[in-house]
Amino acid sequence: MKNSSPTLAVTLNTFREAVRDRVLYNLVAFAVILIASAVLFGEISIGIQKTILINLGLSSISVFGLLISIFLGIGLVFKEVDKRSLYALLSKPVRRSQFIIGKFLGLNLTLAVNTALMSAGLWAALYYLARRFEAPDLFIWVAIYFILLQLFLVTAICLFFSCFSTPLLSAIFTFLLYVIGTFSADLRAFGEMTQNASWKALTSFLYYLLPNFSDFSVAAAVSHGKPVAGGLILLNTLYTLCYAAVLLAASVAIFARKDLK
Amino acid sequence: MAAIEIEGLSKDYQTGFWRKHPWRALDGLSLRVEQGEVFGFLGHNGAGKTTTLKLLTGLIFPTAGTATILGKPLGQPETFRHIGYLPENPYFYDYLTAQELLDYFARFFPLTSDERRLRRDAVLEQAGLDGFRNLPLRKFSKGMLQRLGIAQAVLHQPEVVLLDEPMSGLDPMGRREVRDLIVRMKTEGKTVFFSTHILSDAEALCDRVAILNRGKLAGVGPISELLKTLPGFEAVIECSSPEALYEIEPLAAKPVSASGGQYRMEVTEQNVRPLLALCERDDVRLLSLNPLHTSLEDYFAELSSAKDAAPVRARGASS
Repeated sequence: MKNSSPTLAVTLNTFREAVRDRVLYNLVAFAVILIASAVLFGEISIGIQKTILINLGLSSISVFGLLISIFLGIGLVFKEVDKRSLYALLSKPVRRSQFIIGKFLGLNLTLAVNTALMSAGLWAALYYLARRFEAPDLFIWVAIYFILLQLFLVTAICLFFSCFSTPLLSAIFTFLLYVIGTFSADLRAFGEMTQNASWKALTSFLYYLLPNFSDFSVAAAVSHGKPVAGGLILLNTLYTLCYAAVLLAASVAIFARKDLK
Repeated sequence: MAAIEIEGLSKDYQTGFWRKHPWRALDGLSLRVEQGEVFGFLGHNGAGKTTTLKLLTGLIFPTAGTATILGKPLGQPETFRHIGYLPENPYFYDYLTAQELLDYFARFFPLTSDERRLRRDAVLEQAGLDGFRNLPLRKFSKGMLQRLGIAQAVLHQPEVVLLDEPMSGLDPMGRREVRDLIVRMKTEGKTVFFSTHILSDAEALCDRVAILNRGKLAGVGPISELLKTLPGFEAVIECSSPEALYEIEPLAAKPVSASGGQYRMEVTEQNVRPLLALCERDDVRLLSLNPLHTSLEDYFAELSSAKDAAPVRARGASS
């Protein structure tokens, strides 16, 4: 077969880089252990063992996914520029946009595989505890899917900052945006409460500008066996696609004009 | 069609944190490199050599001017199919092996998997890295990385090869191998454009050289034309008796330098005949007698002392 797509080649190499990173294994192993330990927490929580397990398991997947995405994401472009490994790569027939998109997809592939591993740990713990699965348990998959969508957004944010900032600053900016984004619904609610039109306009503007992570948090509902609306799944998917696309376009625009000194 | 055509290429960098000041790294460079040439790019540190190569590979963008490679604009994937590039002090992904790196880079070219494997194996062998193909790059020495850098530059058999300080970090054997590789590329009809500090390499390999000084083109042409012929000759002799050396020494215009049983000396035109007469003796043997030239080192020193870089000779350079 003649040459594969440059984007695919960059994607697979980014995935390979992440897979060979020992820190990643430590994080995944730690997450799986934490999920397993949720069984013990469940043992001392009479009557709500399963709720505790699902809550702790999903939180572990989310927190460790976030750590991995920030840890790897901040260096995606910066490390290649800093170490000058890009020089040889970008003198091959690959566009800078293909490089950026390949890096983004490669890290997301890594996150998807890691999330799958951690989810397998959660399901194994769940089976160990309950010895059977029930229909509402299927919504755990939706919660995991939402975590993945969040991680994709975090990766896009990291990549964006990585195009022009140092890893430390990128990590700080991304983490701050994540925290603000988790409370973005409260930000809008605060604006609604004030009588000041300027404040209202400002909070609304920030609500739409900053990433909205609050709609992705369904772990509490799912752990109590509550369903997730199909509309929310569709909206969150579309929101992630659009927001990530805008961030990717901005990253490409910045990187396309960057002098690699 | 020229292999490389550069017209008025300039590059400014911004320096300073709060108040940015432009600093011109390359100033109106115009140059034409013909296909099949081995072209040397010489200059001090900071003269603009690496800047030029980065401009040609699209890693940085020009402030002014244009350039083409084989008639194609810079920075386009179509152009990159025809060029190979070795960056200065190359660094590659240290989590990969040499084989994996070359496989990865080969994927950017229209090659079948069999062709990729054949090319990879061929360049690994050429670079003398066949036995290290499965060694992680983090374990490679500087010289091995340099050779791998050259291997990846020629992996896709480009017509134009751009090498930034290809001899840097290599031991004498490594340098010789790279020299041989450049000669082989020339016999294959490739254009080789390389920057170097090592003037003897440029003298040995290049059809023409360009000399950059403080971002400006100071001279371009064959080395023999750039270097001035001086009055007098340089003689190298072997002398087996001290008495003969006592007779020879007064003929030298400067102190005689000795190395490995050989004596190198400068003689004026008037002293050539007496020297040749002495060489008739059994204890003296003339090894070489050549007209004196300024060396490239002298040429560089002359440029450094000049306040402004005025073009010395601009044969082959567009105005």
